[in-house]
Order: sequence, then C-alpha cells, then structure tokens
Amino acid sequence: MDFSKEKGEFYNNLTKTIRRHIVKMTNHAGSGHPGGSLSATELMSVLFFEHMNVDPDNPDWQDRDCFFLSKGHCTPVFYSVLAEKGFFPVEELMTFRDVDGRLHGHPCGEHIPGVDISSGSLGQGLSVANGVGLIAKLDGSNRRSYCMIGDGELQEGQVWEAAMTTAHYNLDNVCAIIDWNKIQLDDFVENVKGVKNLGDKFRAFGWHVVEIDGHDIHAVNEAYKEAKRTKGRPTAILAHTVKGKGVSFMEDTHDWHGMAPNDEQLEIALKELA
Amino acid sequence: MANQEAPRKGFADALIRLGEKHDNLVVLDADCAKSNMTNLYKNRFPERFFNIGISECDLVGTAAGMAVAGKVPFANAYANFLTGRAFDQMRISVCYSNNNVKIVGHNAGTSAAQEGATHLPLEDISLMRSLPRMTVIVPADAVEMEKAVEAAYYHEGPIYLRVGKLPVPIVTKKEEPFKIGKAIKYREGSDITIISTGIMLDESLKAADELEKQGVSAELLHIHTIKPIDKEAIIASAAKTKHVITVEEHSIIGGLGSAVAEVLSESQPAILRRIGTNDRFGVSGKMDELLDLFELRAHRIISTANELLGHRVTS
Repeated sequence: MDFSKEKGEFYNNLTKTIRRHIVKMTNHAGSGHPGGSLSATELMSVLFFEHMNVDPDNPDWQDRDCFFLSKGHCTPVFYSVLAEKGFFPVEELMTFRDVDGRLHGHPCGEHIPGVDISSGSLGQGLSVANGVGLIAKLDGSNRRSYCMIGDGELQEGQVWEAAMTTAHYNLDNVCAIIDWNKIQLDDFVENVKGVKNLGDKFRAFGWHVVEIDGHDIHAVNEAYKEAKRTKGRPTAILAHTVKGKGVSFMEDTHDWHGMAPNDEQLEIALKELA
Repeated sequence: MANQEAPRKGFADALIRLGEKHDNLVVLDADCAKSNMTNLYKNRFPERFFNIGISECDLVGTAAGMAVAGKVPFANAYANFLTGRAFDQMRISVCYSNNNVKIVGHNAGTSAAQEGATHLPLEDISLMRSLPRMTVIVPADAVEMEKAVEAAYYHEGPIYLRVGKLPVPIVTKKEEPFKIGKAIKYREGSDITIISTGIMLDESLKAADELEKQGVSAELLHIHTIKPIDKEAIIASAAKTKHVITVEEHSIIGGLGSAVAEVLSESQPAILRRIGTNDRFGVSGKMDELLDLFELRAHRIISTANELLGHRVTS
C-alpha cells in the first residue's frame, strides 16, 4: 500500500535534504563516496524513519533494532540519515572527514551515536547482523537486525559465509538490503566480476527474496514490511538503484564512486536537488 | 614426573564454571568443538553454544554482533586459521569497534604436532600483538589457563587467548594470583634473566635450576600476558642482570622476544638472545619431537646463558 500523500511529501523532502547533505559533505571534505550514498538514500531514509525501532536519545538501548552498514564507505548517506533522525546535530555533518571530528571517512562504532559497528573493510556486516539476530532469538527479544551490502561487495566471500549462517539458523529477524546500483569502484559490476541471477543466488542459500525499485519509497516501505512478515527464514531485499541518483552528472557512472564535487559541480548538484 | 594436563581441558573447565555463574557468556566454534573441548560447554549449555561452521571470518564477525547485543562471546577456532584468516575481522569488527570479544586460538604452538606446518601456529602472537586494543594472554599450563579464562571474562575489551591441545606438565600453582599484564617471578637471580611465556615455563624452570647448580644465578620471569607487557618487571630484572634470554613456543619474530626487545632497547639496554622458532614453518612430528627439533629445551637455554655470560660452552 502506498504512503499517504503527506507521508509521500515528507519522504520527497527528506530524501532531497539528505542528497543535498551528501554532495555538501563530500564537497566540504574534498573526498568521500557520493555515488553509492545517493543510490542508497531512499533505502536508508525509509528504514530509519519508518521501521527501525531506535531511540536517538538513548542510542545504546539494549532492545533496539540494529543497523550495520557493510558498505562502510557510504557514510555520507549514513551520517545524514542519523543526523536527520536526531542522533547528533545536523550541523556536525559539515565536519565530515575532518581530522578533529568524529565523522571519519568510514564509520567508527565506538564514537558515533547510532553506529553499531565500525565498518569499511567490505564483507563484514552480515556476520555481525547475524550475531545480533542469534542473540535476539536466545533472549526472546523482538529486536531486528538490518545490514546494507553493496552489489560489488558481494564479491567478498564472507558475505556468503554469513548468508549460510543466517539461513541455517532461520534468522527471520535479519534483513539484508542489497543496494544493487550495478557499479563498483573500477567499473560496472558485470564487467569486474558479475553477480547475475542474484535472486536465485540468495534463494539457493535459503533466503526469501524481495526485488524492488530502490528509489520507489512505497516499494521500499512494502519490502521492509514483507521482511518483517516473513517467518522462518531471512529476507534479502534486492533493490535496483542508480549510482549517483538525483545528480545528473553523477548518475550511472563509476567516476563518482569515490570522488567529491568541486564548488561549481556542487552548485549544479544543489540546483538539481532544490 | 610432574602431573600433566591438556591446557584445553583447563580452558573448558573454567568456561563451564563461568557459564554456570553468568548467563551472558556465549561460546562459538568453527566446527572444532570436539578438538577444542568447547563441546563440553555445548553439552552443558546447548542454547548458549553456536557452531558457525568452517568459516573463521564469519565466526569472528558473528561474535562481534553478539557483543553488540550485550553478550560476552568466546570465539574458538584453530589459532592459525583464526588469526590468519580472520585478522581483518578482528581488526575492524572487534578491536576498532571496541567489542568485548574473547578470541581463543587453539592447537597452540607445537600442540597440533603431526598435523604439520599448516596447523602449527607459530605466528599468531605476532599478529595479535599488532592489533590496537588487543590483550594477548599465553598461559603456561592447565592450572594457569583456568585463571586466565576467568580474568579474560571479567576484563572489558578484546582478548586473544592461546590454548594448547596436548597434555603438558602442571608447573604453576592454583593459589598463585593471576593478574592480566603482571609478570610472575619464579626464580630470583642476579646473573641472567630468563623470560618465558606459555608452556616454555617448564623448560625455563629446569634451565634455571640447572644453571643454579652450575653456579649461575638465573632470574626467571614468566610473562603470561604478552600485551600489555609488564615493562617494569622486565626493566627491573634487566637492570640487575644485564643479560636476558626470552623463550617462546612461537616465532622469534613478533612474539615475546620482540616485545621484550622493544622494552629493553627503549628503556634498559641489555644483551638479549631470543629462543623460539627461527623464521620457519613446522613439520609433522610428535610434540616432544617438535620441541626437540626447534630446540625449545632447557639445554638450549643453558647453553645460551653460558654463551651470553662468556662461559666456555661444552656441547
């Protein structure tokens, strides 16, 4: 079911705000990863504002839902969503990658409220998500554990070790979100080491699979609901996205995987995101 | 002959005792529960034991998630696969995230014996020592192992615990206090300092006693915590004796010998000889045969001491 008109408007504004943060933060730092942040914006926004059971005033509350950004380089979108959700001041976003700040290039679990694990070395998030899922089952807690993985990241073997664990232990409280933007650092994923038939891969590993347009907020919302409804096995949301989504010159190219816009480029981007 | 016991048995006994008291203690293994004796914990607390399968990276990551969820996980696997393969998971998901995970490396040193080079961890201490926030503990025998497991549980933060498989002599005493980071002085002496870790305490005690008979006064420090290392004890002893020998069932590169060398060269220059495996792989053999082959024996400590002190060495 679609969001109400008001909700739709809210997410339209929120995702634009977050995309503006992403380009501004990377411009401020002169480095960072806008491409994979812009592709994950709807997925992260709807997750944190609609589904995650968290309390920004009490970020370490024991029964909270957990989120693990396995594609750890996409801090611009992660930090922006956390700030907008109230985990830390929005103004702090403009300290991104500063030597005296805490918003490091890749997230540090120890220092940033709302960040449940440090990440940045690819492939590690799903194992951690499973750890929370296993303990939730042991403790009889309803908490859920989410993990966002990049499509290029699926080349890391640990992802598949972990995918076996999730399914083996029937962790229906674990949800993997694949930001399937088709592009990695060097090139298109299919040119580097393809991940074709991804749905079949996850199904073969024992997962329930939902395939959606990752920029359609209604579809994203329904996918998270379906993941919650699915019992007895974990759910993988395969979200087709566009790398660099929302900024014309960043879309669908590996050039903007890890490059920051200069001042003129920022101005154009902000106009497009107005 | 002294009583013998497998360090892994001391490990398993302590784990179960702690499990009875603390229901936040969870145990993971990478399909080596029988060998690592974590199956004893599994039999006692089946719901708090997780076989993650033959996947050390996933094992360590899962343990990190359990720590995020408030548990105290003990993640077990063979030491070389655990520290070699899952090094990056320990670096990011455990240490950088400051998660309270206890990493337990089994089959330590020569105790994988006839399995051969692939299974003989002679580099694990070196790897673990380099990780920020990681505490590295290498107990001498099953009795000290029990105390180390307890201390590891109550310590807040990542720990690497090295556990041997095969029976070795019990040389430590139950009543001896165990404090992470604190060396234990087993012999008082003035001519030379022997610093041992792990099961090498046994051969070091034999060497110190034999040296005493030969008229050499050897001080013996047992370092069960390689990191943080007890600098004060090392400096105080080296200041007195000026001659130091380190003894470890591990490569001389990066382990106890290197740690002591760092302390001495920065604070208390002394002549140092490191006894351990010398930049090489293991082979198949009985544990005793391997200890002979690597010369991890009292006679080597004695001859090294005599050489250091300028005595004529007879072979």
